[in-house]
Amino acid sequence: MKERKNNMTDKSLYTKRFDGRKLDELRPISAKIGVVPNADGSALFVQGDTIAIAAVYGPKTLNPKHMQNPEKGVVRVHYNMLSFSVGERIRPGVSRRSQEISKVTEWALSPVVMLEELPGTVIDVHINILQANAGTRCAGINAASMALAHAGVPMKELVSAIAMGKMDKTIVADVDKEEEDYDDGEGATDMPMAYLANSGKISLLQLDGRVQVDKFKEAIEAGREACKKIAELQMKTLKEYK
Amino acid sequence: MTAKEKTEKKQIVAPGEILESGDDFLPGDWTIKEGKDIVAIRLGVMEKNDRLVKVIPLSGVYIPRRGNVVIGEIKDMNYSGWMVDIGGPYGAFLTLKEVPGYVEESEMETVYGIGDLIVTQVFNVKRTAVDLTMKQREGGLGKIRDGLIVKVNPHRVPRIIGKEGSMIKVIKDATKCSITVGQNGLIWIKGDSIEDRIFAKKAIEFIVENTTTDGLTDKVESWLKENEGKKK
Repeated sequence: MKERKNNMTDKSLYTKRFDGRKLDELRPISAKIGVVPNADGSALFVQGDTIAIAAVYGPKTLNPKHMQNPEKGVVRVHYNMLSFSVGERIRPGVSRRSQEISKVTEWALSPVVMLEELPGTVIDVHINILQANAGTRCAGINAASMALAHAGVPMKELVSAIAMGKMDKTIVADVDKEEEDYDDGEGATDMPMAYLANSGKISLLQLDGRVQVDKFKEAIEAGREACKKIAELQMKTLKEYK
Repeated sequence: MTAKEKTEKKQIVAPGEILESGDDFLPGDWTIKEGKDIVAIRLGVMEKNDRLVKVIPLSGVYIPRRGNVVIGEIKDMNYSGWMVDIGGPYGAFLTLKEVPGYVEESEMETVYGIGDLIVTQVFNVKRTAVDLTMKQREGGLGKIRDGLIVKVNPHRVPRIIGKEGSMIKVIKDATKCSITVGQNGLIWIKGDSIEDRIFAKKAIEFIVENTTTDGLTDKVESWLKENEGKKK
């Protein structure tokens, strides 16, 4: 990397992380499209030990009819963590947490999908987490964005997401489970964000924990840079389609 | 394939990709103008025609266009016509008056019953609905009674048909089957023996797998010759 962000290394306690990554270094990422043959579009996104599969069905007519919007289409997201995705088996089915993540994923994706071209229809996005090691909603958004493109849904641009975090006083990119549970000093702060690489807008920003204003700004700037790397991979993977 | 197309390398573009900048170009199908840039909004192949920049989609559901011959399944019927599933985001409707001859309302089921497959034509595309017709001068529309249906990606259909039907003619001649290609990706193969039909199906699958290769008609011809002996 040519120019390292100084504010990410200075003023902080750590220069390396538990798994030996640099502070702004992502876990190894890879992606693939067309993994679900029956879906209209599908994608797999791998980020370290986190694996997400997204399948898109539609656009199709929305039933029951009273749920239709005559002005624009509807995006429905179903986020689900499979029971074997974490160390201790999680109860299958819809939970409070998965409902919340489904909703914020919908909000993160909606600004780019040109729904006004598809009145009265629904686009179903099913996100399944095969393996979880923090940052699952971000991996889900990355996979869903590619799956939507594969399904031929008109989109202004792609959505890229990253889980930023703060361990004590240090801002880190792409947190894993160990860093998420860090509890020394100021503790851990979790900041998932979704970024639109072309227009520079942010379509999702959540914050769990405590953060100072300057650190918050620093984290967003670092998040933008990280999302650009993800957007690059998404673009490259889609362009290899034939 | 014309000489011009051969020289220009086909470029696959993804949504959000900037295709051209500046006022020298106009945005065509599946592109938008964002400030000074022309941006792709679908995954597809970029095509530049003079000043017009457009994207030809490679994936996704079927989008009905007026005049398309499609294969659909009867899903439901009411007093005024039949609801037909032709794929795509919206339902299609075939009214009684678009069926040749006089049909008594009580005898609609004897014409097309639920579950029947029909070859039909898109007559009108409305905002959230599609109208179908069975009246066409050239004929070829009607109920499917026998044969084999193959389902393919609708965006591969132009390649299966070829320039002015060149590709499909090669398959028809080699397999002695009559083949109707619906623009929605359903293909009806009608032939005397089952072996012939399966051979035609395999030939179509070969095209779908190799859509991006150049000079495909020649390759299909040699493939047909190669595999003709193995069909039994």
